[in-house]
Amino acid sequence: MSQVLADLRYAKSHEWARSLPDGRIEVGITDHAQHALGDLVFVDVPQVGTALEVGGACAVVESVKAASDVYSPVAGTVVEVNDALSGSPELINEDCYGKGWLYRVQPASSSGLDALLDANAYSAVLAAEGG
Amino acid sequence: MGRKTPLYDLHVAQGARMVDFGGWDMPVNYGSQIEEHHHVRRDAGMFDVSHMCVVDLRGVATRGFLSRLVANDVGKLRSTGKALYSCMLNATGGVIDDLIIYFLTESHFRVVVNAGTRDNDLAWMRRCAADWGLDVEIIERTDLAMIAVQGPKARAAVAELLEPQDRERALLLEPFFGLECGAWFVARTGYTGEDGFEVVIPAAEAASVWKALNAAGVASCGLGARDTLRLEAGMNLYGNDMDESRHPLESGLAWTVAFEPTDRDFVGRAALEAIRQSGGSPMKLVGLVLEERGVLRSHQKVIVPGVGEGEVTSGTFSPTLERSIAFARVPRATGETVQVDIRGKLLAARVVKLPFVRHGRALISL
Repeated sequence: MSQVLADLRYAKSHEWARSLPDGRIEVGITDHAQHALGDLVFVDVPQVGTALEVGGACAVVESVKAASDVYSPVAGTVVEVNDALSGSPELINEDCYGKGWLYRVQPASSSGLDALLDANAYSAVLAAEGG
Repeated sequence: MGRKTPLYDLHVAQGARMVDFGGWDMPVNYGSQIEEHHHVRRDAGMFDVSHMCVVDLRGVATRGFLSRLVANDVGKLRSTGKALYSCMLNATGGVIDDLIIYFLTESHFRVVVNAGTRDNDLAWMRRCAADWGLDVEIIERTDLAMIAVQGPKARAAVAELLEPQDRERALLLEPFFGLECGAWFVARTGYTGEDGFEVVIPAAEAASVWKALNAAGVASCGLGARDTLRLEAGMNLYGNDMDESRHPLESGLAWTVAFEPTDRDFVGRAALEAIRQSGGSPMKLVGLVLEERGVLRSHQKVIVPGVGEGEVTSGTFSPTLERSIAFARVPRATGETVQVDIRGKLLAARVVKLPFVRHGRALISL
């Protein structure tokens, strides 16, 4: 079974978002996503300063098997990216909800996460997909 | 649901992620594809290749049949057990399939063909035999399973499972030779660039043999690792690197076409001769190493400044080299560097001689 953390919000396309204490939002891909992709070997994250829209393709994660787009779960401006991923993309496989985060955004509005799925709703999506 | 090999239930029980491959439900990995890859390069791993089709050809006309059917020359097969890699071509020189032929006796040759092409291959063989009026029995051996055991420790692990009288003979097999050991057939062949055996066994024995090899330290490996290993080893994949619309001379397979003796009239010969007489194939298959960060994938466009364009036919991340590598079909005049279009960015790649890796060692400079 894929791990789903109770304190995060999720997109149907298998990204997670976390509200940080300073109001920024951290984004990554879910345990289900990393498991489906297999060993990650390359990550292309957006540049700091990029303006993201909800659902827009903003990053690419590539495993030995395939390349997969990451869709931004929130609107906002990229303020920080996880530089460790360029040398160690496997951090996403090892710790997708922690050291494997992709980028952080300053959200465009304060209600940015309300439209996303909570853990129960995301778990239901996974159950419906058979995963 | 796809077709299942005799090992399907065991793969699922071992936690394999199953995917469709040529209409078959096959394991792509059992956890980490990269770890499985390294197991084969450093130790020993095994692959269920029972989806490939063993075809026994029987009858005194078999040698004559094969000498017309395939582009390599079965006249090279004189020693019992010797194997030959060849393409089977259509009249325009396109590759119907690539296959391995084992010479067992003068009235028994064994051929192993790809899973996705097996039905087409069998129909083509039967049609050719009928057209040529040759009495060759073409027997699809669905009663067999096949396990490829590969890596520096692979042969010793397999030998432990053989009867004492077969063990030494198997270990003395030279590369590209096979041996019948009772109901088993053991061949020193593979698709990884490592030493090893491919073992053909009765389907009913497959699960017990797989478990015995696990117990001997051989790791279960999926088709994912098989693909990265064969790419590093510079070996073509049918459907990616060649197909019915591509001939061997533009697919890195000229070495498998025997134009000598000149009076051997194999299917596709006239088409290949015409290409040679017109100055050679305008395209060639080369190895690429990506000089920048990213991953080469099949169908990416290759730009050769001042020369023309080509296409990546197979690409991946190489676990051994920790770089992205590929095969690409490019214009013949392509030099040492090209650019590859990866999601709209042009990234530099270097043209290298194949293979990338053999027997655990990088053969290209990084």
